[in-house]
Amino acid sequence: MRIELVKRKEHSRLMAVLSPVIAVFLTLIAAAILFKLAGKDPLLGLFTFFIEPLTDTWSLQEMIVKATPLVLIACGLAVCYLSNNWNIGAEGQFVFGALCGSFIPIVFPDFETVLTLPLMLLMGALGGAAWGLIPAILKTRFNTNEILTSLMLVYVASLILDYLVRGPWRDPDGYNFPESRLFTDAATLPLIGDGRMSIAAPIAVLVVIVLTIVLAKTLKGFEIRVMGESPRAGSFAGFSKKRLTLFAFALAGGLAGLAGIMEVSGSLGQLLPTISPGYGFTAIIVAFLGRLNPAAILIAGLVLALSYIGGEGVQASMGVSDKIAAVIQGLLLFFVLACDTFILYRPRIVPGRPATGSEI
Amino acid sequence: MVGGMKPLAENKKKSGDTAQTVRRASGDVLLDGKGLTKRFGEILANDRVDLRINKGEIHALLGENGAGKSTLVKMFYGALEPDAGEIIWQGRPVQIDNPAAARSLGIGMVFQHFSLFEALTVVENIALALPDPGNMKALAKRIESISSEYGLPLNPQDIVADLPVGIRQRIEIVRCLLQEPALIIMDEPTSVLTPQEADRLFKTLERLASEGCAVLYISHRLEEVKRICHHATILRHGKVVAECDPSRETPSSLANMMVGTEVIGVSHGAKAPELGPARLKVTDLSAPAQNPFATTLNDLNLAVHAGEVVAIAGVAGNGQGELFDALSGEIQVAPGMIQIDGQACGAKSINWRRQKNAAFVPEERLGHGAVPGMTLTNNIVLTRHGTNDGLVSAGFVSDGQSGELEQKVKTHFDVRMSHDNPEARSLSGGNLQKFVVGRELDRKPGVLVVNQPTWGVDAGAAALIRQSLIDLARSGSAVLVISQDLDEIFEIADRIAVISRGFLSEAEAASGMTRERVGLLMAGSAERSKGNDRKAV
Amino acid sequence: MFEAVLLTVITAATPLLIAAIGELVVERSGVLNLGVEGMMIMGAVVGFAVANQTGSGTLGVLAAIVAGMGMSLIFGVLVLSLVTNQVATGLALTILGLGVSGMIGEAYIGVPGLRLPELYIPGLSELPFIGPVFFQQDAVVYLGFALVALVAFVLFRTRTGLILRAVGDNHGSAHALGYSVIKVRYLAVLFGGGCAGLAGAYMSLAYTPQWVENMTAGRGWIALALVVFASWLPFRVIAGAYLFGAVTVLTFHAQAQGVGVPSQLLSSLPYLATIAVLVLISANRRLTLVNTPACLGKPFVPDR
Repeated sequence: MRIELVKRKEHSRLMAVLSPVIAVFLTLIAAAILFKLAGKDPLLGLFTFFIEPLTDTWSLQEMIVKATPLVLIACGLAVCYLSNNWNIGAEGQFVFGALCGSFIPIVFPDFETVLTLPLMLLMGALGGAAWGLIPAILKTRFNTNEILTSLMLVYVASLILDYLVRGPWRDPDGYNFPESRLFTDAATLPLIGDGRMSIAAPIAVLVVIVLTIVLAKTLKGFEIRVMGESPRAGSFAGFSKKRLTLFAFALAGGLAGLAGIMEVSGSLGQLLPTISPGYGFTAIIVAFLGRLNPAAILIAGLVLALSYIGGEGVQASMGVSDKIAAVIQGLLLFFVLACDTFILYRPRIVPGRPATGSEI
Repeated sequence: MVGGMKPLAENKKKSGDTAQTVRRASGDVLLDGKGLTKRFGEILANDRVDLRINKGEIHALLGENGAGKSTLVKMFYGALEPDAGEIIWQGRPVQIDNPAAARSLGIGMVFQHFSLFEALTVVENIALALPDPGNMKALAKRIESISSEYGLPLNPQDIVADLPVGIRQRIEIVRCLLQEPALIIMDEPTSVLTPQEADRLFKTLERLASEGCAVLYISHRLEEVKRICHHATILRHGKVVAECDPSRETPSSLANMMVGTEVIGVSHGAKAPELGPARLKVTDLSAPAQNPFATTLNDLNLAVHAGEVVAIAGVAGNGQGELFDALSGEIQVAPGMIQIDGQACGAKSINWRRQKNAAFVPEERLGHGAVPGMTLTNNIVLTRHGTNDGLVSAGFVSDGQSGELEQKVKTHFDVRMSHDNPEARSLSGGNLQKFVVGRELDRKPGVLVVNQPTWGVDAGAAALIRQSLIDLARSGSAVLVISQDLDEIFEIADRIAVISRGFLSEAEAASGMTRERVGLLMAGSAERSKGNDRKAV
Repeated sequence: MFEAVLLTVITAATPLLIAAIGELVVERSGVLNLGVEGMMIMGAVVGFAVANQTGSGTLGVLAAIVAGMGMSLIFGVLVLSLVTNQVATGLALTILGLGVSGMIGEAYIGVPGLRLPELYIPGLSELPFIGPVFFQQDAVVYLGFALVALVAFVLFRTRTGLILRAVGDNHGSAHALGYSVIKVRYLAVLFGGGCAGLAGAYMSLAYTPQWVENMTAGRGWIALALVVFASWLPFRVIAGAYLFGAVTVLTFHAQAQGVGVPSQLLSSLPYLATIAVLVLISANRRLTLVNTPACLGKPFVPDR
């Protein structure tokens, strides 16, 4: 007896909806096992990790703060992945966008007008887009593998950030700490609520709405989906693969850059040697958990944000390493990918043949 | 004599009567398949199929696309496992677990889409099929001697990627021969050969048969089946519907057995079409190969006039795909090289050409002409978004409009589907082809370029498509058909040109062309004369 | 001085060499495993932990190989048995590896490590200059070279290698001829995992004998780039690995010498060099198209 996969005649709509749900459920089971292995009560662990953060407003706000960059980045990545462009360097685009956006408040701290913030956001988005365009141009011009180049640029962007906050952009009044000067009020995103939540969150929701419409209703969205599924058919439709590659990387980079500058301006208030707990990579998980659909990405972003806060929670109250969050995130991605298989395939159990009459 | 859904026993009895009277090659039963059944999901690909092959017999297996021929031979070759039934080989029941087991029994197979490894050499390719190839140098020697002995010379060190299809087939045949097989299965072997190459293959097969090796010969080319096969088994919808001696049948009686109904021929309407102005004009078209495995186009010239169907014949891989891409605008060339209704468009996009009322149907249905995982409505948008059909306004796609168009194409071209608006990949080849052709014909294009219009399509759909191409031409459009199927070309073309290694012969009236002449051109005689012309200049 | 530089180049190149030769075999079978970084970091942490617990470097190395293979087995089950997207699954493997290694490694931060002993080849190691550079290395360095030679031999001189290349070139044909594509690929993926684990152990037991989180610092990705650089030919991997080893070491020495350039710029050189090399290699369409395994990254579902 063996189990084999049989290709379905059409995508299963039911599995498309169920797959992320099943994946989350399997992740919960795996997480319980992890807590057990760490010698803790699994149920208490699950509760502290996944439920407790939802019970107080501070944690909820913090969850939104963390979900915001994840959702923004994942939206851009979804466009890349839908169109078969493997941008895995969003972390670098996030950092580089944050750098570009911080140029005004750090170099010209006295430039305090109503234009300051819009200019910062614009420069952040453009900076991220520019960083994203590097692998895209190399791919379209030289056919260079974009996976590796976009990833290499993550390290380069982090090193540039490190150089700036330890060098030219270090706070002159900062007692030699590696950090930039604090942003002035004019350069800080307006906050919402009593925590660190800023207007970045509604901006992310707006991006989700626009992108949902673009992908579902417009010719551009159609182009993106066609190119991802079948580039040959896309060129038959008159779409340009190269232009779309540039578009997807610029969009993803732009959104990541926007997320970067909003994180710095809204939540951190200054540049630090490290400004992201790996948002650019976690967003890859968000994109897949949301099945590359912006509306679902919004929910997926909240789930992954919860895992960051849950990780801090179990460390604080149960003494479990907060690294468990990264493990759970990785497992979640595995389960999502595995469950997605059954959208296109269905399992079939093949009974072994009785071993009679065989001569060989 | 045959009825589609009659119970097997009845069929068998009737065909059995014939079988006793038909000429079978002398000798004992080599392979006896009994009640072989294979199911894929809801489709019963083989339904209690019986097939008996004698030693030294060239046995034809006939049937339309999807009749279950490939499934049946894959079970003999161990690539598929039957759900029920048994295979008796030289009097003993056997279970053929995998191709290696089949080979060790003495069953070899020459695949239709070759099972070769392009990055490997000829000798490496052959070694992979042998249970114990031994020393590679010694094997290379054996390959040289056997291949020249059977008139199929090969250079063992050549990389397959550099070889033309005819030679690739030789590799597969020689690979079988080295295993001293008792049965060779050949799946559509002549579909990639020029008529002359096919003649050479037939000689090899006759020699093999005379040496006692049986051949199971799958083909839909009834002329050649009639010519070389001793016996034929005919499958329809996964069942054996008839057996016969093909030499006593006519191609049309064979076709009737395959299809189950009278085959509809196409009607050309007005006998000699009134030729209008050239609507599609190709002038000195040259294009470099896009990648190491592609073909260079060299100074192609052709004019297709209003009212006519021009066909381009040729063996696969001689530049047909490249020519199609240049005509459609997927690769761009110098502006003057291609003209549509007098307007230079060699450097224009495919959508620009569509707006000038040209339409294109590529060879590959899934993944080029249609997106496999997208619905038919979406696939309407694929080629119609840029043609002022009201599908797109202000960047938004109208689902209603595309849905209406899909319904229209579906009704006009009899596209059958299990439920409304399915994904393209769930359609059968014939239905999807009707959709892809219908999507373009619905626009009544002034110029239509279609590559392999009925490749892998059942006879009913093929007849409908061919007829609609002729009708379109007769209504004043210019139709260019690129095809590897000579029967199809002679059926529908007013003029015929032949493409060979990126060179195109001059188009000549179909009435004055013979298969022999087309075959010579396929083998490159036009190319040589072109070369001489250039030297003369 | 030159001798010392050369010695460090060898230690810097060895993990790249081993990880890349493993991935080369995987890719030759038609599978793209982007999880090298994740498997390597798992090898690094497990190797360090086991060596630390048992006091035996050899046991550490063996455990690291097993850890790498275990990671690659997860990848194999998803990609080969469940036909998941290879790029996404490779990324998932890296994310998981970084997470799990961080968790396991927490206990070992700042713990002094164990260094693999050097093997002295009698006689040869006393030769001036050549001796210390080529014949006083630890066993893994020699093993790295042996692996390259072995892979080259198996790929191009044996039936096993022929089958492996055939599966990577055309899995449909290989299946039609009766080869088990999935089985061949599982074995290749496991080999790649073992190599990545070994390369990771070399990082934490020889290159810098300690555990630091994320200590592989993108070397797994560079190893992936090296396979492209080598255009899937084993001996070229050596050239690539040493080139990158040299770049890494030179940046160290430049920093130590206090060259008037920001240290971050020097640190970014290996990554920039990777990009430059990839561009140079991939700009040559003929070379890449001819050598790339034709089925690389494509899913395969056997019909039966």
